[in-house]
Amino acid sequence: MISFVQVGKTYPDGTVAVAATDLTADSGRITVLVGPSGSGKTTLLRMVNRMIEPTGGEILIDGVDVRSKSAPELRRGIGYVIQNAGLFPHRTVLANVMTVPRLLGWSRDKARERAMELLTTVGLEESHAKRYPFQLSGGQQQRVGVARALAADPPVLLMDEPFSAVDPVVRKDLQTELLRLQSELSKTILFVTHDIDEAIQLGDKVAVLNTGGVLEQFDTPTELLANPKNEFVESFLGLDRGVRRLSFFSSTGVPLRPEPVVARDAPAAEVLARRGAQPWLLVVDGGHKPLGWLTAEQVPADGDLTKVAVGELVSYGHTFGAETDSLRAALDSAILSPSSRAVGVAEDGRVVGVASVEELVPAIRAAQSASVPDTGRGDLSDAGDPVNPVTPGGQGDRDDNPETV
Amino acid sequence: MRSAGLFPHIPSYLGTYGSLIQQQLTMALLSVLFGLIAALPIALLCVRYPKIYPAVVGLLTVIYSLPSIALFVLLVPSTGLTQTTVIIPLSVYSLAALVPNIVEGIRGIPEDVRLAAIAMGYTGARRLVAVDLPLAVPPIMAGLRVATVGNVSMVSVGTVIGVGAFGALFTAAAQLSRSDLAVTGIVVIVALALACDLLLVVAQRLLTPWNKRRSA
Repeated sequence: MISFVQVGKTYPDGTVAVAATDLTADSGRITVLVGPSGSGKTTLLRMVNRMIEPTGGEILIDGVDVRSKSAPELRRGIGYVIQNAGLFPHRTVLANVMTVPRLLGWSRDKARERAMELLTTVGLEESHAKRYPFQLSGGQQQRVGVARALAADPPVLLMDEPFSAVDPVVRKDLQTELLRLQSELSKTILFVTHDIDEAIQLGDKVAVLNTGGVLEQFDTPTELLANPKNEFVESFLGLDRGVRRLSFFSSTGVPLRPEPVVARDAPAAEVLARRGAQPWLLVVDGGHKPLGWLTAEQVPADGDLTKVAVGELVSYGHTFGAETDSLRAALDSAILSPSSRAVGVAEDGRVVGVASVEELVPAIRAAQSASVPDTGRGDLSDAGDPVNPVTPGGQGDRDDNPETV
Repeated sequence: MRSAGLFPHIPSYLGTYGSLIQQQLTMALLSVLFGLIAALPIALLCVRYPKIYPAVVGLLTVIYSLPSIALFVLLVPSTGLTQTTVIIPLSVYSLAALVPNIVEGIRGIPEDVRLAAIAMGYTGARRLVAVDLPLAVPPIMAGLRVATVGNVSMVSVGTVIGVGAFGALFTAAAQLSRSDLAVTGIVVIVALALACDLLLVVAQRLLTPWNKRRSA
């Protein structure tokens, strides 16, 4: 646990980088500091390993003041991942990862063994070990940066905008990878970013900081999205916080109706019967995989769907996993299709049923009134925590795979 | 008098080509070595206290502009007509090439690398040896090349106090009207300078396999 107690930083010229701040980063959790530039988020982070000294207050790691050790000694016990990875260009990947163990006086063999093991942990191949940083892609460099920070198995990890310099696709990979690692390692992570999406995706708790180092709100992502405390937080979250919050809730509460689903080779009588009851029919193939939508008017008079070319069917946009995806994915699926209907599929891709935008509304309402999501990061991180018992919002299964992980 | 061939006979009092080359290189390389040894602490002070850096560069430039002959005259009473009298001014001249390169080399280390080194828990001295200086090798080598090539040539000036190696050959060429000796002297000095330069380039490549600018 990292505790900031009335921590402040005022520079000699009077500039306040961090106003007196109280903040606690729980053990084994990811705490994200997010804010615009000049909000003191990096300053707060660097005070933990004393790269910056506060001018007021104290910082405790598991109750021990960070000033009780020499700065270099303290730093060797805290992992640090920096923007652009900050790898030592003159050292091989392996030597980079061996840095802290060697500083701690481990033997070369032990440090090398540990470094090789970590390369695998962060998803790099052993063949990368002998390369120099310039021979790696940005994403690979950052993986090495994470491995280097983890080398001596520190309980605390400081991550200073680690993924902000890589392209969005790689960033998403790295974020997913970090959550996977964290589910195995349970480090106490303090993560700085200016990207609110990243904060919401990664954070068990998110601290929103304003210019001048003012802590505006410190909450779980869902609470932040549901109840921003003030205009600053609200505007920082953006205009889609309601929709975004849905990504923390499972779509298992969505009623999926099988009636509009019809096989392309279904008997004419069945097709004609369904045409009467449904404005849109979802045509599926022999494997029950979706082909596309058909309006009632487009159904041939004799009910023979094979007369309709697959190309004439209306696109269904994308499907959502009925058991695995979030309400947000379900809603997006409905919005994307001209039929305004979402197609829910099982894990094998077979269509379970469809739901219109209107039919999604009750599930969305239920999510909005639920203070704690039944899936997503909140579920993952709060599981088994007696202090914050999870109260599922009525729908869904607690064993659902959190879709953000 | 025979003057054919690349290496015409030289007056015996000058010794052999081999002994001249040896003198030339000894004085040139020792002065670069001593220059480097002196430049490191000066440069590190400039990195530590950036305010003194412009003054230091100014001072080194002024020193560089002093005629070497004048410095020899000043030194002869204490160091005599020896190689030391030649080596000292040349060492000091090397500083003008070496100090700024070391300073810029260390300053040029990317901020994220510098911060990462601090965050990993390096102490100041260890960081200098393990991170800062290795990363400053390319600019330091560039400074060494300038200083070395310059000194290999400038050693000749020592002939005014009688220890000029190939300088003595040029003096003899003037006195004996043997332009062939002068040409040979120039060719040998240029060849020595290029050879030293080439060795430094090779050394740099061996020292910096991580440098992407050459491996690309």
